[in-house]
Amino acid sequence: MPGTPLLMTFPVTATSHLLAEYRARGGYEALEKALTTMQPADVTKEVTAAGILGHGGAAFPVGRKWAVIKPNDGQPHYLCANADEGEPGTFKDRWILENNPHQLIESMLLAGYALGVRNAFVYMRGEFDLPYRRLQAAIEEAYEAGYVGKPLFGTVHVMDLVIIRGAGSYVCGEASGLLTSIEGKKGYPRNRPPRLTVRGLYQRPTVVNNVETLSNVAVIIRMGSEAFRKVGTAKSPGTQLVSISGHVVRPGVYEVEHGYPLAKFIYEDCGGMIGGRKLKGLIPGGISAKVLTGEDCAELTYDHGSFDKAGSALGSGGMIAIAEGTCMVRLLQVMLRFWHHESCGQCTPCREGMGWMHRIIDRIVGGQGRMEDIDQLIAISDANDGTTICGMGDAAGYATVGFIAKFRDEFEYFIQNKRSKYGGVLEVGATEVAHA
Amino acid sequence: MSAVLMPVVEGLIPEFEALKKRLPPNFESTLVMPCLHRVQAVRGYVADEDIVDLVKYLGVPRMQIEQVLSYYTMFRRKPIGRWHLQACRNVTCSMRGSERLVDALSRRLGIKPGETTADGRFTLSEVECLGSCGTAPVVMVNEAYHENLSTEKLDELLGRLS
Repeated sequence: MPGTPLLMTFPVTATSHLLAEYRARGGYEALEKALTTMQPADVTKEVTAAGILGHGGAAFPVGRKWAVIKPNDGQPHYLCANADEGEPGTFKDRWILENNPHQLIESMLLAGYALGVRNAFVYMRGEFDLPYRRLQAAIEEAYEAGYVGKPLFGTVHVMDLVIIRGAGSYVCGEASGLLTSIEGKKGYPRNRPPRLTVRGLYQRPTVVNNVETLSNVAVIIRMGSEAFRKVGTAKSPGTQLVSISGHVVRPGVYEVEHGYPLAKFIYEDCGGMIGGRKLKGLIPGGISAKVLTGEDCAELTYDHGSFDKAGSALGSGGMIAIAEGTCMVRLLQVMLRFWHHESCGQCTPCREGMGWMHRIIDRIVGGQGRMEDIDQLIAISDANDGTTICGMGDAAGYATVGFIAKFRDEFEYFIQNKRSKYGGVLEVGATEVAHA
Repeated sequence: MSAVLMPVVEGLIPEFEALKKRLPPNFESTLVMPCLHRVQAVRGYVADEDIVDLVKYLGVPRMQIEQVLSYYTMFRRKPIGRWHLQACRNVTCSMRGSERLVDALSRRLGIKPGETTADGRFTLSEVECLGSCGTAPVVMVNEAYHENLSTEKLDELLGRLS
């Protein structure tokens, strides 16, 4: 384990996701403690003091988001767990949904208590089948046990919880698009301000937090914010579930304590690159986070400060390790095809820009590229920046500019020679990958 | 509720009512997505009569349901093959062999992505990230993820699908 774990603290078995075993691990004790000894504001205070940042990608301080909600302002408040997990490279929330669904439920009950929430939602991507069945079964267990849907521990606090399943739209992972989707409409993101904590679901104050972020709430209440802050670094308290994939020997979900050395994580915990290859590039937190070169990664530690300084971000914790010998031009083509496919079409710069960038990269890969195409890609990215309602167009642009900045020679080579410098290879060492 | 409904939606009403009890009052619009999911699971796609029924049952405008159906890629307005093979083509899967996998699938089934075999058994689709990158490449067969796929494992899998 890369550092102290907070979430992956038990061996996963065929039954470890069930209520009885969650209780045996101390589950729902934090809920009882909060409901019987703490005021709602105390819960928010603890979460704020813990200094936890959002784990979905934007790293927004959770306490600051929650503080906007006034629990007794006479209107309904809603809570939504974002389980849309669509950022390519990211599959960490799935680990929680499949293996520890009650931790999410307990945490949502705690958050609901703190924020005065009567109705809460989990918005889960529609493709997730096992995670959906596991969480739905856990919700039914929690209803039967009286945690959900009934007044809790002699208080008047009651919360209902339902899962709403998405249906294949990446943009619905963006908090306002997610709420629009829960309202039963096309998942168009909304202009901010007003913030969602002021006008969210059906125009009521709403907190949307990532599944992993929320799951930490039960941990924080159980151990106290002071003990929580002992894990991680001063500016990035706690841990991150890192889902690492690509050309590493041991891909999977790892809980990484903030501050852990990145190289150690990749080469020791994940077994290094397949075939002993060199690390060519690392997409650190979903493909919207700027790519780093192998050299960039050498001295980094896994925390927000370190990655910000390197010009990238931890993002969603979806790490993709790219080995020497991979064609970065074709990799960017895969990414731009994705963004073009997923642009919701609401804002002109993104709708037109993604298609334009996709056509340019197709042209380059097809051997018809022009040298000015490289700067054109950068120009479209720049023109997109800050001109759209949600961040998707921006992120696609940053990622594109990042690829070009780090691997410009490959783009130039491709255009000059009408072929890839690396034979167009994406799947390096195919014969070395043991398909278990 | 006195409107006359056709069998598919009619049969699902108890389920929808149970879900409604866990939602705040006047959240009918929120039921649009769950209802469409269930209708599609039962029928295999969403038919015109289902839209008419859901308009009656939920009291939302028909246009809203049509918009949702055309916006979300998972909803279908037409039947497809008995086995829907959805191969991820995103970053990690392509780094772990999804392009070879899709080629092999295409050859084996004699169809291109987006098509259905003449006998109605298989529909092949290419999709974006399924959130299964640690076990790439992944192909969804109806609801189930099949992970760490190789062409050999895929051949074996296809043999089991009737």
